Amino acid sequence: MTVSATGTPENRPETRFSDLTRMPDARGHFGPYGGRFVSETLSYALEDLEKIYLSLRDDPAFQAEFDRDLAHYVGRPSPLYHAERWSNALGGAQIWLKREDLNHTGAHKVNNTIGQALLAKKTGKPRVIAETGAGQHGVATATVAARLGLECDVYMGAEDVQRQKLNVYRMRLLGARVIPVESGTRTLKDAMNEALRDWVTNVDNTFYIIGTVAGPHPYPQLVRDFNAVVGREARRQSLEQIGRLPDALIACVGGGSNAIGLFYPFVEDDAVAMYGVEAGGDGVETGRHAAPLASNAPRGVLHGNRTYLMSDEAGQVSDTHSISAGLDYPGVGPEHSHWKDVGRVKYVAANDKEVLEAFRELTQMEGIMPALESAHALAHAKVLAPTMRPDQHIVVNLSGRGDKDIMTVAKIDGIEF
Amino acid sequence: MNRIDQRFSELKQQGRKALIPYITAGDPAPQYTVGFMHALVEAGADIIELGVPFSDPMADGPVIQKACERALKQGTRLVDLLDMVAEFRQADTTTPVVLMGYLNPIERIGYETFADKAAKAGVDGVLVVDMPPEEADEFGPLLKVRNLAAIFLVAPTTSPARAATICAHGEGYLYYVSLKGVTGAATLNAADVAEHLAPLREMTDLPLCVGFGIRDGVTAAEVAKVADGVIVGSALVNRIAENAETPEIIAGQLKSVLAEMRTAMDA
Repeated sequence: MTVSATGTPENRPETRFSDLTRMPDARGHFGPYGGRFVSETLSYALEDLEKIYLSLRDDPAFQAEFDRDLAHYVGRPSPLYHAERWSNALGGAQIWLKREDLNHTGAHKVNNTIGQALLAKKTGKPRVIAETGAGQHGVATATVAARLGLECDVYMGAEDVQRQKLNVYRMRLLGARVIPVESGTRTLKDAMNEALRDWVTNVDNTFYIIGTVAGPHPYPQLVRDFNAVVGREARRQSLEQIGRLPDALIACVGGGSNAIGLFYPFVEDDAVAMYGVEAGGDGVETGRHAAPLASNAPRGVLHGNRTYLMSDEAGQVSDTHSISAGLDYPGVGPEHSHWKDVGRVKYVAANDKEVLEAFRELTQMEGIMPALESAHALAHAKVLAPTMRPDQHIVVNLSGRGDKDIMTVAKIDGIEF
Repeated sequence: MNRIDQRFSELKQQGRKALIPYITAGDPAPQYTVGFMHALVEAGADIIELGVPFSDPMADGPVIQKACERALKQGTRLVDLLDMVAEFRQADTTTPVVLMGYLNPIERIGYETFADKAAKAGVDGVLVVDMPPEEADEFGPLLKVRNLAAIFLVAPTTSPARAATICAHGEGYLYYVSLKGVTGAATLNAADVAEHLAPLREMTDLPLCVGFGIRDGVTAAEVAKVADGVIVGSALVNRIAENAETPEIIAGQLKSVLAEMRTAMDA
């Protein structure tokens, strides 16, 4: 079977959701979502990026270089691990973990930064910038920048700099400059504002490596395509290890890059249910959360794309709340918004308390410490698995490892180092 | 005829260039904005750009970011701006008013409802920073049928092909962004601006107005030599910021900044 650049096996029969594999349209729209809502100065850079990307995505030499880096630098393929003890304890479906936490730098984020760094190299721009929430994307960007000898500045909300000190120092060790952002809510969205301001100023010599499937076209598309390796592997591994496709997929959703990466190659497999788990914070009913899809937030425009967006009646973007810095974002990738509307993926939320329980449970029952972001997906697996039979199978994207969150959890436990 | 077109036609007859001040509505508090607008007209403003405060002003530098924060702290909403314009119109029926801001507050109200309300309030043009013409195919026509001008930006990075599209869609005037950067960033280079405006002249009859980097009479006069209008924002908003605790003296400050530019431009 041949596989196209997007990872969708060719010559598969059309299904109910085949349309979804042909998105976005030429202007970056996923149904009513997506697009390119940017100030004029950036239009040229985005048109340029789109041209470069479209010419390279089907270029065998570029794909080969990307695949080689994923194999020998990232360490792919990542295993699909049967969490047997945890599955038995939950007493329902078999849970399989897609081990993105075992990638170099400890999360799925590096798949995308490797791809975008290759694009940056093609443009010849000597400097890259990034926004980061939990710091995983910042670390992954600093890493590839170090490897390619590019200057690297990472914007990070001042609040996130506080809660993710370990990753801040990692980035500095890698030679990147971390710039704390004091404006607005001092979290991920403000870091993205500041990165866009930098880009608009330095567009001639700077490549902006966006870390999620949001932002203006073509970012949602190219970040999806670079992360789709996760789902391609998981699909193949499921066929090999389970003997068939899984019954359900679960992934956490902030901007939604790890979820898109896992889901996209399965999107035409109607029988595979998909669950995106957003950050429920104190609980969706309290209003203190970061779950635009699960809470049915209104449609809005932020950071270059139209999507579900938490905002007040006057259209001001809302403050968000989550234990996990990586999911603390009021919007979501536009393709997820479309998948919600057409019913391909069900979006739910897990609150901070449920997430901590899942974090502890996986750590103690499987010896795997998940990132708090990924623990959102695990929290939903705890809900879903017991409603299914033991001969059914769930693949959970374990999108990152939890070392960076030890301080956060220790603080909740009242422990000071 | 739209008030903007009317104003540029008058200026052309007089051989003068447009002076276009920008302030963020609701800064430092909503009750002052209409008074500031009248003060700007007294000091020589030809058109007023009224900024719609937004929580995430991605194209703005720190000066206008903080203005947005002050205005939002006072609860300024887009619907309040429309009331301000209506109040301004009771005493001034000729000075064009352009709303400038980001798309999300308009999305939330709804394009058609917003266009109705804006037309009723006496707004003349709308400039949405994060809405290039490609994304305006729904909103643009709704403005047009209400005689509201859809104003677009042109940047130093805009390709000739894009510039042609923008010229085809633009109304009122073209807002040429003088430099790569955010508002209030640096001082512009007048020769560089002139070089970029020349090809635009070939493409359109729309007045070409220049913003970003104009801070005083000298830069305003330099730009007025090559453009049809001069847009000044951060230099005014700075005065509001410096005097936010004594709002009663702000109107006088705004007048003196603007009057200096007017004098320099008309000299």
